[in-house]
Amino acid sequence: MTGADTPAATAPEMVPVAVLDRFCPMHVIVGPSGHVRAGGPTLARLVAPTPLVGARFLELFELIRPRSVQSIAALRDLDGSRLRLRLRARPRYPLKGMIHVLPSDGTSGTGGGAILNLSFGISVADAVRDFELTGADFAATDLTTEMLYLIEAKSVAMEESRRLTHRLDTARRDAQHKSLTDTLTGLRNRRAFDAILAQALQAGTPFGLLHLDLDHFKQVNDTHGHAAGDLVLRVAAQRMLAAVRQDDVIARVGGDEFVLLLPGMDDTAALAAIADRLIGALREPVSDGIVQHRVSASIGGTLSRHHHPPDADAIMATADAALYAAKGDGRGGHALHAPDSPSAGGVLPSRDPGDQRGPDADTRWS
Amino acid sequence: MNGLINRAIDRFARDTYGDALWEEEIDRLGIDETAFEPLMPCDPSITTRIVTALAGRLARMPDELLEDLGTYLVSHPRSEAVRRLLRFGGVDFAEFLDSLEELPDRARLAMPDLDLPPIALYLHEGGVCRVELGLSATAGVRFGPVLVGVLRAMADDYGALVLLDYRGADARREIIEVRLLDEAFARGRAFDLGAGRAAG
Repeated sequence: MTGADTPAATAPEMVPVAVLDRFCPMHVIVGPSGHVRAGGPTLARLVAPTPLVGARFLELFELIRPRSVQSIAALRDLDGSRLRLRLRARPRYPLKGMIHVLPSDGTSGTGGGAILNLSFGISVADAVRDFELTGADFAATDLTTEMLYLIEAKSVAMEESRRLTHRLDTARRDAQHKSLTDTLTGLRNRRAFDAILAQALQAGTPFGLLHLDLDHFKQVNDTHGHAAGDLVLRVAAQRMLAAVRQDDVIARVGGDEFVLLLPGMDDTAALAAIADRLIGALREPVSDGIVQHRVSASIGGTLSRHHHPPDADAIMATADAALYAAKGDGRGGHALHAPDSPSAGGVLPSRDPGDQRGPDADTRWS
Repeated sequence: MNGLINRAIDRFARDTYGDALWEEEIDRLGIDETAFEPLMPCDPSITTRIVTALAGRLARMPDELLEDLGTYLVSHPRSEAVRRLLRFGGVDFAEFLDSLEELPDRARLAMPDLDLPPIALYLHEGGVCRVELGLSATAGVRFGPVLVGVLRAMADDYGALVLLDYRGADARREIIEVRLLDEAFARGRAFDLGAGRAAG
């Protein structure tokens, strides 16, 4: 077994304490009585002001794994085990450790005792801060300093990354705000529409403008939730796109409000026909697979040629007022601004309002 | 890595010469703010232009400016993180000096894109240490003068007395001579291993 003439076999019991102090500054040598005979300088700092040497090991440290032990005999039974311990004194730091039991016929006075080497494990960063440890408190071979470096370097990098994410997020919101597309429906947004309207006015070519509002949309949203509302808006957008010409522009300018710019349009009857087509398309229920959602549309419209000179605000205001008139007429219909019409004081209500209220020449909007 | 270098120059210039001068210079060069995004790549030629322009504006040599940048990085409170990360290199200045060779690896651990040139250390008689710094093709600036500034400030930080001599560059490396006169010349600044987390 232990051949006295083979240095390799006898070395462990011959290791001078000074070597352990240097290589394992958190080691502790426990004598057969359970009292600490010697210990590394870093471990001594941990238990200070209680002197490490002379104290009963189990009064300084509480064993948790593999099991709690109360006596030196029980501790000896853990020879070779990986240990989890805790400082008994506050802040009761968790520690990891290994134990090697010394043979009872040892000559160093520690025979029947044990050598333990301890470390902080994962809580090392907190421990270093709380015990004000420095690089000199760890062996040069110990990777603690490197680990602390890494923790700190990574948290600096992480903080920078967090800032970048924040800046990019702000930029994204900004870009979204400035973008020309309504992200929900894929239609143009108000910003895009304003630009297109300005362009059309600049070009001086005739166009029609419709202001469309979904009726009963709020009920869908309130009753069935935003997901249902979003679905209705997306389907409505597709149907509108299908109902107009390739060059016509549709923009979503509010929750359930849309405006359409129809280039080349200079005829009230043709404008009315498109409005009717849109209303018909939007009257069809929208199914989400379970519920049939029903909305309708009210539309107000005008032609650029009725404005002298054409002006964006005036055209929009006229279409808006016509929409208001259409709603006043009962939902699901349209009203067109038609100053050259002999009847109706400039408004041509649709002939078939969805809610079956008779045509009304009320022009309170004009 | 040039976003990070540019950011360092940006901080240095603002804290040393004021926002007005710096912003005027950047506007004049027409450099976009994304060039100063630390985690984003950036063309090294922009870094070169920034340094040249700033040096011109201040009527100083670019190398002098870069040395001040190195000192700033260690000693200014705004870049305390740099000082702390460097202090992990050793418990005293001699050990810190020894750790210089692993600086590029340490930097890479912190930020994988941070590609510092290789550093080699040669110890000579009488406490003289020669630091050789490979030339970086991708930095857009010379690191040598920056490292001189860093070493000067780190010596102060450790309380060591050193003489530094930037010997210039040849085709493949820059050379710095460090003469460690007194390891414990003055009381250095405290370094608490665990303070970074407490502060953060």
